[in-house]
Amino acid sequence: MAVLLEVKNLKTQFYTDRGLVKAVDGVSYHIDEKETIAIVGESGCGKSVSQLSIMQLIQSPPGKIVDGTILFEGRDLLEYEANGDEMRSIRGGKIAIVFQEPMTSLNPVLTLERQMTESLKIHLGMEKEEARTRASELLSAVGIPDAEKRIDDYPHQYSGGMRQRVMIAMALSCNPKILIADEPTTALDVTTQAQLLELMTDMVARFKASLVIVTHNLGVVARYAQRLYVMYAGRIVESGTSKEIFGTPRHPYTIALLACVPRLDEEDDRKLVPITGMPPNLINMAPVCAFLPRCPYSTEKCRQEPWPDLRKLDGDGQHYVSCYVDT
Amino acid sequence: MGAYIIRRLIQAFFVLLIVTFLIFIAMRALPGDPILIFLGEAETESTTEEQLQELRKEFGLDKPIMVQYANWVIGVTRGDFGESISYGDDVLTMIAESLPITLHIGSLAFILSAVLGIPAGIICAIRRGGNIDASVTLTANLGICVPVFWLGILFIYFFGLKLQWLPIQGYTSPFDDFWLSFRKSIMPVFCLSVFTLASTTRQTRSSMLEVIRQDYIRTAWSKGLKEREVIARHVLKNGLIPIVTLKGFHVRLLFGGSVLVETVFNIPGMGRLAVDAIFNQDYPIVQGVALMTALIVVLANLLVDISYGWLDPRIRYQ
Repeated sequence: MAVLLEVKNLKTQFYTDRGLVKAVDGVSYHIDEKETIAIVGESGCGKSVSQLSIMQLIQSPPGKIVDGTILFEGRDLLEYEANGDEMRSIRGGKIAIVFQEPMTSLNPVLTLERQMTESLKIHLGMEKEEARTRASELLSAVGIPDAEKRIDDYPHQYSGGMRQRVMIAMALSCNPKILIADEPTTALDVTTQAQLLELMTDMVARFKASLVIVTHNLGVVARYAQRLYVMYAGRIVESGTSKEIFGTPRHPYTIALLACVPRLDEEDDRKLVPITGMPPNLINMAPVCAFLPRCPYSTEKCRQEPWPDLRKLDGDGQHYVSCYVDT
Repeated sequence: MGAYIIRRLIQAFFVLLIVTFLIFIAMRALPGDPILIFLGEAETESTTEEQLQELRKEFGLDKPIMVQYANWVIGVTRGDFGESISYGDDVLTMIAESLPITLHIGSLAFILSAVLGIPAGIICAIRRGGNIDASVTLTANLGICVPVFWLGILFIYFFGLKLQWLPIQGYTSPFDDFWLSFRKSIMPVFCLSVFTLASTTRQTRSSMLEVIRQDYIRTAWSKGLKEREVIARHVLKNGLIPIVTLKGFHVRLLFGGSVLVETVFNIPGMGRLAVDAIFNQDYPIVQGVALMTALIVVLANLLVDISYGWLDPRIRYQ
């Protein structure tokens, strides 16, 4: 299938009072048309920043995209000015995003109609009435009952799950090519999480869009994503198809991540193993592998050589890993 | 909303009662005697104790304080604010003559501080850390520190005496001579608005910055809105809530400031009426002015609360 978006060597840094934070440090990945991929990693590993960088939504200062290319429909998105016309036509029009916090991601003082019709007016040039009709259709499509009327409500009249439904409807309203879901269900309870993921994948399939799920929850990913990228400390440490990563994880971090997630298909009572230590502080990091202090497989080479690049594993798959050790 | 406003008005009634009562007591607790001040030193010598008692009786000052207050309240409900001890004029008429002057200068200052301060704060917030932000913030900080009377005297010296650009004192109604009125009001209005203008700018800047980093603003950006649309539609309405609070507070400050400005620029407004009355211990005038000021402040606060509801639906629906 054709590649829709290709990110190469993306580097996003934050200039803070305490030092330089390399939040995203040379990340490359791609997404095909109508594909669902997942970017997995723990809090602060740079997975959200890598997505916000695509949309050029990094607050500057302190943040800055210092290097890389983001190829989308034959153009490098990073050549566009952050708030220029070209970038704005991509944002919400071609690439849309659903954020982590449904409770705070909608403007509390504007009705849903005003918030939902905005992008329809900008990107599809709709008039007020037409946009309203379309917005309330979308609201019903994401399962808001009585959408005709409830579109005049304010966000505080909706629950968290409903607000996230609204966010999904809003994001998909202009038929984007890519929907980025940045931890879309983290703030919600488990049953709502499942419903929303189903809804999101359904809607994305209906709109023939691609989906990027950003999450720290491997369980979420397993069912929906065709390919996975595992991030640690601003870099991708392992990538491959779901089958490859869940079947034969190769990076010590991925192995450790899987060991601490319970699985329903397990027969014996396996003990869950937490990852020892703490996620690294991204300020002024040493050039060696960032997982080294927590790694049970570490060798002398790991301590002396710089952090290895991703290398393709043997076989005809798409399995890449950045580790010296053959686990 | 209707029930809410009625409840607030009832509250306001009690506030007025308490405020005027406290002023009533405070004025009478001050040393001195309004009658003696009225008569002046020379005449006091030649006035007998009986004549003094007579005068006290005439103004009702011989009765117990509680009775005096009750009489005053009853009078006010009938529209009778009493007579000035030192001038003998009807207090309500005196207020009716001076209040519009204070309102004229005060409202110009209020509007100036909002019309300049809010956009200035917005620009600072958008261009945070830039040259405009740095210089406006510095100026605003200076504006907060500058004493009004000092600035007024400086202006009079510089623009009035040295450059002779502007008339240095007095007041002319805009209905009599608009141009002269305008020229006369420039310095007082500017002096009066310096603090409120500066604090409006600072408050706007900080509340805009607070809103700009909210998640829903990131959502607004993610839709592809223009910066102008993000600011005007999404940031401003949220950021206005603390500014409205501040502007309500400014109504009170402007009345306080008018005392100084009217004294420095010799404007016959309610502020100066109050100052003169306090010096003369002219109880009825002080009472009347206090009541008027309290009434306006209470109404301004009510307006602020109603605006909250308009700005924030979460308050409206409670």
